Amino acid sequence: MQAEVTLPVGTYGYQPIDLAFLNNRVAQFREQVARRLSGDLSEDEFKPLRLMNGLYLQLHAYMLRVAVPYGVLSAAQLRRLARIARIYDRGYGHFTTRQNIQFNWIKLEEAPDILAELAEVGMHAIQTSGNCIRNITSDEFAGAAADELLDPRVHAEILRQWSTLHPEFSFLPRKFKFAISGSPHDRVAARFHDIGLIAKPGADGAVGFEVFAGGGLGRTPAIGIRLREWLPEHELLAYMEAILRVYNAYGRRDNLYKARLKILVQALGREAFAEKVEAEFAAIPKEHYRLGPEIVDAIRARFGKPHLDAPVDAQAWLSDRRRRDPAFDLWVQTNSHPHHAAGYISVVLSLKPRAGIPGDASAMQMDAIADLAERFSSGEIRVSHLQNLVLGHVRQDELYTLWQALGPLGLATPNRALITDIVCCPGLDYCTLANARSIPIAQRISERFANVELQQQIGPLRINISGCINACGHHHNADIGILGVDKKGEEFFQLTLGGCGEEDAAIGQILGTALPESEAVNVISRVIDTYLARRVPNERFGDTCRRLGVRFFKEAVYAAA
Amino acid sequence: MPLLECGRIVSDPWQTLADDAALPSGPCIVSLYRLQQDEAVRTAPHLRLGVALPVDQPAEVLAPYLDRLSLVAVNFPTFRDGRAFTQACSLRERLAFRHEIRATGNILPDQYAFLLRCGITTVETQDGADPAAWQKAAHRFGFGYQPSVLEEPLVSGLRRVIALDR
Repeated sequence: MQAEVTLPVGTYGYQPIDLAFLNNRVAQFREQVARRLSGDLSEDEFKPLRLMNGLYLQLHAYMLRVAVPYGVLSAAQLRRLARIARIYDRGYGHFTTRQNIQFNWIKLEEAPDILAELAEVGMHAIQTSGNCIRNITSDEFAGAAADELLDPRVHAEILRQWSTLHPEFSFLPRKFKFAISGSPHDRVAARFHDIGLIAKPGADGAVGFEVFAGGGLGRTPAIGIRLREWLPEHELLAYMEAILRVYNAYGRRDNLYKARLKILVQALGREAFAEKVEAEFAAIPKEHYRLGPEIVDAIRARFGKPHLDAPVDAQAWLSDRRRRDPAFDLWVQTNSHPHHAAGYISVVLSLKPRAGIPGDASAMQMDAIADLAERFSSGEIRVSHLQNLVLGHVRQDELYTLWQALGPLGLATPNRALITDIVCCPGLDYCTLANARSIPIAQRISERFANVELQQQIGPLRINISGCINACGHHHNADIGILGVDKKGEEFFQLTLGGCGEEDAAIGQILGTALPESEAVNVISRVIDTYLARRVPNERFGDTCRRLGVRFFKEAVYAAA
Repeated sequence: MPLLECGRIVSDPWQTLADDAALPSGPCIVSLYRLQQDEAVRTAPHLRLGVALPVDQPAEVLAPYLDRLSLVAVNFPTFRDGRAFTQACSLRERLAFRHEIRATGNILPDQYAFLLRCGITTVETQDGADPAAWQKAAHRFGFGYQPSVLEEPLVSGLRRVIALDR
């Protein structure tokens, strides 16, 4: 593991005491698996134990979901994931909308060995499923973005540690999801999480958090309510305890589908819920749960810093390359994000190649990306909640060389935030819950809109696909949402328009009756044609939708059918 | 049923009293209903009194009676239902209850450290339970990454010592 001298960049460097904890956890799970295999534990008893170690029983095999806390990986960790894909799976892994990675072909007997391999590089699958606090997600441009107030990964790590094997909150009514943004510009869909935190400056320059609670997607999409405009850092853990206590005590447990925090918030009403939280918070001994600056600093000190020393002409060098190579220029324009340091830039490695499976990466790609991260980005890789990978700290004068290396790996598709940058759940190809296969329709759409000029002409547009109402593909908060439904044993797709996951969060509205796959793709084409014909200059899809109304689109596209 | 305390099976002096049963002279656990309705129970001299807190009630319903109580039993209808963890935490932290908190119902040894850190002191286990398995579960992790309702020595950062005996 990373020695004390070289800390991993952008993520928490485990200390020996943390590694011992992980090894204990592996030993515990190894015993639990042995008790299950010997029949000592029933499947009913074993299920919540394996779920809290990320192990699901899917259609064809066990699926292991490995935590990637706040979406950051070191090169060594990514190489280990490649090794696991190669040895224990079928040579690939699937990056998820929770910034985690899933392996779909796991044998129960081998799961403890995989966890032991992960522990060696400071990784685990703790609380990646089950009715507990799940992986804390954050911004894929954290620590690099020009518009950031603080690096949210430090506080995400604090929340990760605090929530790990929490004695009171490990058997909640249902799963519980946090997201945290260090930028006032919400890139984490904070209002669609059980708790969403957005860093905000206080009056005296101190940093605190705007607190949202009760948001979520799934069967009952809801936009979180604002509980606090500004919560001081030192009260962060005490306030989280208060929210979780109210949820653990009062959240419904009689109906799986009504057990999330959002349902409790709706049932009590926002004022009554907020009052309960504040009453609980008032009674909590603040000193006992105080998150002092010394704790924050100690955890921050375990994060390695990127090496930032670009030559003064780096930017000029990049500009020159862009002028000379239009394909490179297009990729930079589409797939990069500004960096706070002069001469640096962040880039998105698209995991959405033409007709590919969104979010999938092969072991070969993972190894190659680890090498490139070490060469070009301080050894740090980020997983985005849109199922792409990001290299955060690339020198502008080295970007061209990086791009040339990415092309042959199939990782230089210039489609970030465009119509083929599709978010997609595993669907009926893997999942026991799904009604429909979401991957094939994603591939068809990707093929239909593969033309680069057409994608650029359409501009930023998000398509999200969920294979069932549980909404793992986040179809509710996309410009075009696609939901797989079962119609008398046939796979159909229902379309929604006008959703948004950012500041002006909105839930998409149903366009019309559900359609078979090929017709759904045709209707999407007509929706796009309608948008292109009716938009005013520079108008985004969501704005056109709001201006004309979903009914207008319905009449335009269904009438033509 | 065998009663577990500090990882060992101990004798259980408490009996659970039916709502219509006469008051015994020894320690007894009554229902919340009887505690609230039967003044004779609350005023019986020298009677060691415990109450079974229903899982759907907040711990605060016991606030008027805490001076009179030597035991609160919290219940796990299934081991997946974690409400009793919050009830126990509230009893310790908000209501400053200092006596025995007993866990009853369907509980796995794997949950033992969680129970202890929420302030639960005794566990009703199933017949034939192996205390070694419970002890092992409690000792599994030497520290936790968060404050609990107990006074636990700080290791470093957020880490607190977990100890079975206290």
